Amino acid sequence: MSEIEVLAAGPLTTVQDRGRPGWAHIGVPPSGAVDPPAYERGNRLVGNEPGAAALEATMVGPRLRFRAPALVALTGAVSRGPFEVGAGEALDVGHCRDGVRVYVSVRGGIDVEPVLGSRSTDLMSALGPPPLKDGGLLSIGPEPSNEPQAEEQPPRPPEEPVLRALPGPRDDWFEPKALEALVGPWQVGLNSNRIGVRLEGPKLERARHDELLSEGLVTGALQVPPSGQPILLLNDHPTTGGYPVVAVVHTDDLPLAGQLRPGQRLRFAVK
Amino acid sequence: MIEAQPAGEGALMLELQDNAAAVRVARRLVAECPDLQDVVPGHCTVLATWAGGSPPGRLLDVAEAALRDGAPAVPGTTHVMPVRYDGPDLHEVAELTALSPEEVVARHLQSEYVAGFLGFAPGFAYLLGGDERLHVARRTEPRVRVPAGTVALGGVYSGVYPRESPGGWRLIGHTEIALFDAMRDPPALLAAGDRVRFVPA
Repeated sequence: MSEIEVLAAGPLTTVQDRGRPGWAHIGVPPSGAVDPPAYERGNRLVGNEPGAAALEATMVGPRLRFRAPALVALTGAVSRGPFEVGAGEALDVGHCRDGVRVYVSVRGGIDVEPVLGSRSTDLMSALGPPPLKDGGLLSIGPEPSNEPQAEEQPPRPPEEPVLRALPGPRDDWFEPKALEALVGPWQVGLNSNRIGVRLEGPKLERARHDELLSEGLVTGALQVPPSGQPILLLNDHPTTGGYPVVAVVHTDDLPLAGQLRPGQRLRFAVK
Repeated sequence: MIEAQPAGEGALMLELQDNAAAVRVARRLVAECPDLQDVVPGHCTVLATWAGGSPPGRLLDVAEAALRDGAPAVPGTTHVMPVRYDGPDLHEVAELTALSPEEVVARHLQSEYVAGFLGFAPGFAYLLGGDERLHVARRTEPRVRVPAGTVALGGVYSGVYPRESPGGWRLIGHTEIALFDAMRDPPALLAAGDRVRFVPA
């Protein structure tokens, strides 16, 4: 089994795959890559089985040294490859350009012990492997039988994305004006992470002020705390919560949400 | 008719009259709608999610049948949890409730609890059915670190922290029982609908 030395982990680099859907009823978040098309594309480029684990780096990618030759692809906020990295050679993934998350896919996949069927790091619940550390070692899984696939680069994400959002389940807890204001524009707050993207903009006023009894949450939910500033929930979100959800972002637009930079502007197309 | 609200394109939030109905509907959906991805009971809701396409056509029919049958819900497992009532907030709870610490403990031991739903952290169950005198508001400043196994009160709920985490509930004791172990089957000790009795450790 071949290994990768982590020369520099970067600000936050985790192992991700398709996550842990199906465990929400016991409080386990879905987790998994927040930009699924980029993650899946990386696996295809290096010929991995679908669902093989990759690295998800945030803002700045890691510097890695490979102990044996490896086939690597970068997808998401950096697009490169597939390319060979020789034995003993270092790879500097570099800064994210088209977003905040880059996937490092290695032929064979990142080999860590799965937890509840997934190798994903869940920052909220501390399930799966901890984030990468400087000086750490990663194992690469066995050579897959698939051939690497050539693919065109996907288009760059728009500078001011418009995400489709469907009102509910608690849109009736808000003033009608709040649904108009939901369109935006919004600005991405600094405090955003894999749990949620904090949005700054008009205050969404509530029509009902009693306390919502805790209920299930989905990825993409626009949850509104008392501040009136929504949080767009990403993959490590808690499975239940007591703040009303005014609308939910369309699943197909979640990859764009997962690449939003602090300070970036966005809008919602509310159905 | 069960009221249902969309929660995006891939989920429905079913509104139920109480937690017992939510648990009953959730169990029936798990048993009869294998196409669903997640079935998540809340306090008075069930969130049902599916991957891609349209919802299983029978979803609402199955949910309504579960209510109509009126048969008692499948009885959950009863768990007995030994607790040492040595939490840092026991005296504060006594003050807030105008009871002595001994009376707080006695009342906490008296009730049989039902795991209404899980959330907040893997294996954390919101326990309903506690003595109303012990309903205390959460702390205004949550603690950064609450140890695993801590038994706590928050609003209408009792709960046991499965692992060390931040927390805003009032801490009254602790148990040695492991509430969550990802390597165990099932990983969570408590399931929605299970019953819990606390006994002195």
